[in-house]
Parts: sequence; C-alpha cells; structure tokens
Amino acid sequence: MKRLAPLRIVVALLAGALFGFGLSLSGMLDPARVLGFLNLASGHWDPSLAFVLGGAVLVAVPGVMLQRRLRRPLLDDSFHLPEKTEIDGRLVAGSALFGAGWGLAGFCPGPAVSALSMGLVPVLLFVAAMAAGMMLHDRVIARTLPR
Amino acid sequence: MSAYWPSLFGGMLLGLSAVALLLLDGRIAGISGIVGRLLGGGQVPLNAAFVIGLISGPPLYMLAFGSFPSVTIAASWPLVLVAGLAVGIGTRMGSGCTSGHGILGLARFSKRSFAATATFLLAGGAMATLMEFMR
Repeated sequence: MKRLAPLRIVVALLAGALFGFGLSLSGMLDPARVLGFLNLASGHWDPSLAFVLGGAVLVAVPGVMLQRRLRRPLLDDSFHLPEKTEIDGRLVAGSALFGAGWGLAGFCPGPAVSALSMGLVPVLLFVAAMAAGMMLHDRVIARTLPR
Repeated sequence: MSAYWPSLFGGMLLGLSAVALLLLDGRIAGISGIVGRLLGGGQVPLNAAFVIGLISGPPLYMLAFGSFPSVTIAASWPLVLVAGLAVGIGTRMGSGCTSGHGILGLARFSKRSFAATATFLLAGGAMATLMEFMR
C-alpha cells in the first residue's frame, strides 16, 4: 500500500493531535492530578484518572469489536497487532519499574511528550531521561537480559 | 460529578484517537512504542507524525480555551531524572505504558495488558503513597 503512504502520515498526525488534545482536556497532562489519583494518603483523593481510563476504554471496546470483523485496516494490507500471550518476567518487571517511575514524578510517556510544547524545563529533563532509558533498554538491556 | 466531565470526555477522545489509528492504519496507539521505535529509527515518518501531533495538543487546547492546560511538577530535578529513566526502561521492557496496555490492551481483553496495567497501577500507587510519607 505504498501509494497510501502520504495519507497514512496525515492519519498519524491527526490521531496524535487528537490524543494530545484529549490528554490536555482530561487533566492528565498535570502530574499533580495523576499523583492525586495514585497517592492514597493525600487526604483528598482525586478519581479523575479512573474517568479518563474508563472513557478511553469505553470508546476503544466497540472500535476493537469492529476491527475484529475487518480483514485489514483501510490504509494498509494487514493489521500490526501484538501476538504474544504469555505473561513473562519482563512484562511484570518492566511494568513495575514503569509504575515506580510514574508514581515518583506523576509523568507517563504520553503526557510528558505532549507537554514538551509548553517549554517547561522539568518536562524536558523527564523526556530526555526517558528517551535515554528507552535507548538503554533497546540497545543494551534487552540484549543482555536472559530470555 | 460535574468536575469529572472533562476527564471523561478527554478520555473518550483518547479512545477515539486509538480507534482511528487501529481501523485506518492497523496499529496500536501506544506512546512508549511509538517513541521507542522513533528513537530506534523505525518507520520514522509515521512515528514522527504521531509525535508531532501529540506535541501540538497543548497549543490546540490553548486555541480552544485561551490558556495552556495546568502542569504542576512538584518533584525535584534529580527525582525527575530518575523517574524518566525508570519510565523509559520500564515501558520498553514491559512492552507498553498507560496507552498501549491501559487503553487498547484492556479494550482487546489482552491477558498480558491486564497484568501490565494492574502491575503499573499497583507500583505507581505504592510509590506515590510512599512519597507522601517521605515528605
């Protein structure tokens, strides 16, 4: 589907913009709001994150049901979806490490990258460290860790 | 309840974005995957386009509502760096983050994504709660 390449790039750009706008609207760009959900001892728990995740899954479920009835996506020859089904050590250890970092500063990848346009120094630092961590994993850790 | 409408509606837009990418391009809107592949030089035009769109979120919000969304970072710079490093390594090792596992993984009823989401919510809750007591 080479001829559709420009259209696919436009779709990626628009989907990214919708995601970034949705994050801004949801309040989840703000680490204080995220930590207000994760921190159970603050004395004023903020359930917002549950509404965000709930709203997102609510819309995604019918989308996935529709996807399962299609043989291929509109702009490509086949779907590119994860095929692994086994819960392994890497999945659990990685998710635990991610969660610990998330609870430390209140940032996960989407909001942090999206907030880059606001010109805040801590956001820049976080994204630089995150990018370094990703490259460290993909180029070193993933190759040395036992399967 | 009314205070949570923007969160619910914003979340629905995240779902809509993920569904659009899934049905049109056949791919998972997982931010750590997209950024990780971009850093590795994979499918640069597509992944870069998504990231540029993502970064344009706050300016678009400003066009609509007249100001940037609120972003309050309480953590010190060293803590921010450690957190970023952990999030970078962890999301790549765990094959996803709040978007890929949390939104699409749950919607696909993926066993792996349920395990990942439960794990990062528990670890995040434990760490954020622990930090409250260390202040």
